[in-house]
Amino acid sequence: MKSKLVLNQKISGKTPNSRRNFIKVSGLAMAGAGLLISCDDDDMITDPNPEVFDLGGGDLGVLNYAYALEQLESAFYTRVVNGSYWSGASGEEQMILEDLYNHEVNHREFFKAALNANFSEEQILPESLEFNFADVDFSSRDSVLGTAKVLEDTGVLAYNGAGRIIETADYLVMAGKIVSVEARHAAAIRSILGNDMDDYLAFAGDDIVDSNGLDGALNPSEIIQAAGGFFSTPFTANQLP
Amino acid sequence: MSIIKFLNEFTTDNLEEKRTSRRAVFGQMGELGKKVALAAIPLGLGAMGNKVKAAGPNTINEDHISALQLALTLEYLEDEFYLKALDSGVLAGNPRAEAVYMQISKHESAHVAFLQSVLADNSVDKPTFDFTVGGAFDPFNESGVGQETAYAQLLALAQAFEDTGVRAYKGQAGNLMGVSDGAVLTAGLQIHSVEARHASEIRRLRGLDGWITEKERGAGMPEATQAVYNGEENINQAGVDVTTLGSGSPFTSEAATQAYDEPMSGDTATTIASLFITT
Repeated sequence: MKSKLVLNQKISGKTPNSRRNFIKVSGLAMAGAGLLISCDDDDMITDPNPEVFDLGGGDLGVLNYAYALEQLESAFYTRVVNGSYWSGASGEEQMILEDLYNHEVNHREFFKAALNANFSEEQILPESLEFNFADVDFSSRDSVLGTAKVLEDTGVLAYNGAGRIIETADYLVMAGKIVSVEARHAAAIRSILGNDMDDYLAFAGDDIVDSNGLDGALNPSEIIQAAGGFFSTPFTANQLP
Repeated sequence: MSIIKFLNEFTTDNLEEKRTSRRAVFGQMGELGKKVALAAIPLGLGAMGNKVKAAGPNTINEDHISALQLALTLEYLEDEFYLKALDSGVLAGNPRAEAVYMQISKHESAHVAFLQSVLADNSVDKPTFDFTVGGAFDPFNESGVGQETAYAQLLALAQAFEDTGVRAYKGQAGNLMGVSDGAVLTAGLQIHSVEARHASEIRRLRGLDGWITEKERGAGMPEATQAVYNGEENINQAGVDVTTLGSGSPFTSEAATQAYDEPMSGDTATTIASLFITT
């Protein structure tokens, strides 16, 4: 396993290729492995890292996955309603974004409660994932609404794709109860984003609904890859498609 | 009441033709499986297949067919409604509403064609619809109620149909589990979320929120549409009272009911649709 620690040792070693140094470096690397979790260097290679949470498979995996997405949406709208665009936005836009904040926080807490009621603590995704919104300008209407559109459309794609992985009908109904609200959100955000003729169609535009009149559906691996930039806390979905 | 029983009350011949021996039905199911798989490929679902364990026995049964037949009946209703609305001239002078209706109409026509292709020989025939409900409404201004009233009724009916569609598809999701590695369920979900987009936009055109609060049908909705909203006040989600999970605005009953759309049984959806079906 490599880390910044190992690289530094190699650089400072007088004869990095000698067997003696190699053993020494390896020993440090082993000792340093425990420190990896606190090392945020981009160059470090962490696979396979047992410290990274895996969402699990089946119903557990889908619930953890939904919990991760709802944590992301909640964190985003929490920043939005505390940001300067929101405080100066029109009444309609303020109300819509505040409703979305309320709904996503409720969804997040629902998944936390549902997971805790049915699974043991070590199986449940941590409740305090950290997110990276460095690319979002919370003072900008275009940036906030554009990001909201991406997140809501992603939510629809994610729940639509996850439905078939769910094993228990009750959980499928729960996913159904939430995905249609995400779709209502997506339509509303798309609707207020635009103002001219073409944008009248944006609520369910040809860019998102196909020629069969169907929304998309993506696998967890595709969603996590697409939304990965928002997640500062790494996790894996090795048991989900 | 199953959809087959329901439709049998409204049609004299088609279902007797469709009704087949148990053995023949099983033969058709095999065909359906193939057609579903074929239909799924252009949607990108085919590529997802096989790696995932199916949620249940990977066979098509009468529950699946009934669920899809109910869906097709609701899509026939919506499809004809939007086509007649666009043809009526009532939307003239409202460019946003006209554009929205055109986009929704395009989707509902596509849903009809898609479900027909999936159901194939198990497709039900299109009923005869009466969107005036025996003269109670005049949404297309056919009896001269006037553009303004007709327009209001046109939007109110659209809201009722879309909010019903969302709930009805959700109610059938469990019946679509486990066919073709989930391809039928996924397709159902992909229609379901489009209906929700439609519902949100129609509601916002009417000056409402895009989401449903408590069981409120919203300003201007006829009393007769209350059945569409009853049950939306539910706050118990999978055994959890979602108003008790924290404090503040996300946990008010208002927010907690908006945040979850509720399913509707096939019987309720059938009862609502039957208001607009004459034969």
